[in-house]
Amino acid sequence: MSSFFLPAATLWQRELVRFWRQKSRVLGVVASPLVFWLLIGYGSNDLARFYSGALVLTVMFSAIFSTISIIEDRREGFLLSMLVSPAPRSSLVLGKILGSATLAWIQGLIFLCFAPLAGVRIGAIELVPVAAAIFLISFTLTGLGFVIAWRMESTAGFHAIMNLLLVPMWMVSGSLFPMATAHGWVKAIMWVNPLTYSIALMNHTLRLPNAAPGEMESLAVTAVFGLVLLLACGLMAAQKATRSAA
Amino acid sequence: MIQVQNLTHRYGDRSALSHVSFEVKKGEIFGLLGPNGGGKSTLFRILATMMVPTEGSAAIAGCDVERDAAEVRRRVGVVFQTQSLDKALTVEENLRAQGHLHGLSGAVLRERMGDAMERLGLADRRKDLVETLSGGLRRRVEIAKALLHRPQVLLMDEASTGLDPAARRDLSRNVASLRDNQGVTILLTTHILEEADRCDRLALLHQGKIVKQGSPGELRSGIGGDVVVLETGDPAALAGGIAQRFGAQPTLMDGQVRVEIENGHRFIAEVVEAFPGAVDSVRLNKPTLEDVFVHETGASIE
Repeated sequence: MSSFFLPAATLWQRELVRFWRQKSRVLGVVASPLVFWLLIGYGSNDLARFYSGALVLTVMFSAIFSTISIIEDRREGFLLSMLVSPAPRSSLVLGKILGSATLAWIQGLIFLCFAPLAGVRIGAIELVPVAAAIFLISFTLTGLGFVIAWRMESTAGFHAIMNLLLVPMWMVSGSLFPMATAHGWVKAIMWVNPLTYSIALMNHTLRLPNAAPGEMESLAVTAVFGLVLLLACGLMAAQKATRSAA
Repeated sequence: MIQVQNLTHRYGDRSALSHVSFEVKKGEIFGLLGPNGGGKSTLFRILATMMVPTEGSAAIAGCDVERDAAEVRRRVGVVFQTQSLDKALTVEENLRAQGHLHGLSGAVLRERMGDAMERLGLADRRKDLVETLSGGLRRRVEIAKALLHRPQVLLMDEASTGLDPAARRDLSRNVASLRDNQGVTILLTTHILEEADRCDRLALLHQGKIVKQGSPGELRSGIGGDVVVLETGDPAALAGGIAQRFGAQPTLMDGQVRVEIENGHRFIAEVVEAFPGAVDSVRLNKPTLEDVFVHETGASIE
């Protein structure tokens, strides 16, 4: 048992220690969603409407930056010795994802400090479901980043996917306009886009308006999406390579 | 301790290793010498269980690298050519994380860490961030890290790359002491001749094939006598002349004529006299591993 949890715990801790030593990273992750939000929010005179989207964007940026490091780390870095250690791959995957998800979560919580600007008041009791929802979304997006990064040869490829897939995915998730007002095929995309349910989940827990999918539905889809991604990560990492991962 | 049988690996239709076989005995320092792209790294990755070969088999301490990868990983320490340390962590934190990956913890881990740092002269740097260490010191941390779980076999991939000569000698001393004091079997890849010279046995790897194996001394004695290298304005003509007159088989390399011949000093006097004005400079060498490699493959290591 300890041979499973010890490696996972050590990787999780490593992410946190690294993060603590490079605190300026917080600024890079939180600043741009904050600027987007303030510009769009003040511009349209509706900060509340775009708040959940900006929060999820913060979490997404953090998850992407953490998982992008897998690509370099595997070629030249700590991941190399993990790959030739007897620790089960599944425990390494869990440790890495939990570590990165925790960082994304912390940055999401930092963004939560700006909630009063959106007119959201969060009491101590409401904080629990809100924090839990942010963690679930952090976990899911980190899993998504991992699946993309694991097979990738270079960080340049990841940037392309970020611009062509992840950012557009965020745009049609209800972050900018609600599903109810969307037209035709965009609406269909929104309906199958897992991020739509993440944004809705945030809107529900923060008691913000225009939440198209229901609360339980949002929670269920986000959780299932996260589990599927975790499983995919585990399977990918367990595969034997005929072309070296490093 | 290490058995490699008929190992073949292809990347698509490019063959990186073909039918490589060799054995490494317990307590031996075994070197794989060859130019970059000769197949050393592929072989290293297969032995380190980072990828599986397309054909053939390899076993370390009786465990198959493909079927028993987890067992192999428990018995093998790996030092990579590139850095495998976390630069944002201290020496101690890197070692502790590595120990955890091997299921070590508590007092046992503390003792092993203290031991490894002591042996590699890192004790006073334990609290330093790895990014503040020199290349030579980082290498030592890499080795300390690879030894934490007391492996029977240490695999090192071009471990001296980027080190200055002093740090390189220091590394060789550490490796030799591991063999002598701990009975660790060491397999290393290198393209550096002086490093290869310090191995107990070597395999020369060229274009994915082993062209020769043996101790450095045995390999060198395979070359008859001396190596004479001549510089000249017209290498082809001089080589032709030498072949005709001395019955030797000169080779052309980088615009120089290279001759393997006994009693090189006598040959030099004769050749300069026989081709007046044709020879610009002459060099007489006792055979090096480079000469052995050239002799076997017609190509240079560098």
